[in-house]
Amino acid sequence: MTEEKAIELQKEQVPVAEGTEPTRECQCFVPRADIYETPDSIVVVTDMPGVTAESLDVTLEKNILTINGYVSRMEMPGYGLTWAEYEVGDYQRRFTLSDEVDRDGIEAVMKDGVLRLYLPKAKAAQTRKIDVKVG
Amino acid sequence: MYRLYGMPTAWREMERIRREMNRLFDTGPDRLLRQAAAFPPMNIWSSDEGLVVTAEIPGVNVDDLEITVVNETLTLKGQRAADEINENSRYHRRERGQGRFARSIQLPFPVNSGEVDANMKDGVLYVSLPRAEEDKPRKITVKGS
Repeated sequence: MTEEKAIELQKEQVPVAEGTEPTRECQCFVPRADIYETPDSIVVVTDMPGVTAESLDVTLEKNILTINGYVSRMEMPGYGLTWAEYEVGDYQRRFTLSDEVDRDGIEAVMKDGVLRLYLPKAKAAQTRKIDVKVG
Repeated sequence: MYRLYGMPTAWREMERIRREMNRLFDTGPDRLLRQAAAFPPMNIWSSDEGLVVTAEIPGVNVDDLEITVVNETLTLKGQRAADEINENSRYHRRERGQGRFARSIQLPFPVNSGEVDANMKDGVLYVSLPRAEEDKPRKITVKGS
């Protein structure tokens, strides 16, 4: 893959479901994600700047994988925000998983504001090479 | 305003709505937010003592980052590498950009370039730029006679 994609400038907000209200008084964004599949696992990579391993919450309920990242608002005593090009907010995103993921083997790594989720494929779903015999 | 008293009631109501709308648009939370010209978007915090520039650059290695200050211009250069995947793997979804970026921003006042300090934490870059000593505001005391 040599094709390059420019880094997006704007963050996308999570739409608030009709008839509900957010419980936290700050913005919530959809983190951008890459998903790729290797022979034995599926890797989900999301950009969540400002989120630490402690403020990250990954849950798997039935088939829904939910990623929540909480960011504390920046406080600068004595300083005032005079120029703003981005907003600070939480991150939330949901993915639906297929049955072929080995739920107990899921691993999450947070580094430099990037979350990597390794979802190993269940043994049955791993591709098997079938030898074709010449009859 | 000066002719409001002569207006029919419906017009006055329209005028009220118009003013109300303007007020809404002028004071919304997005008022301060500007569109960044290039990656990365930056926020600038300022005080009499100096500036703090912050930028969200997740996944950028500190070694790949170059920060320079020349006069009143701050330049940020860097690159973000994509995950290396071999020919047995394939992408299902690709939304994160990667590659090189460079951006310069004009600072509102001269800074002491010798004392610029940069920190990277959880994908957020903090650059602190102390104001140049000769440019700091001086308080002028008014003498009473």
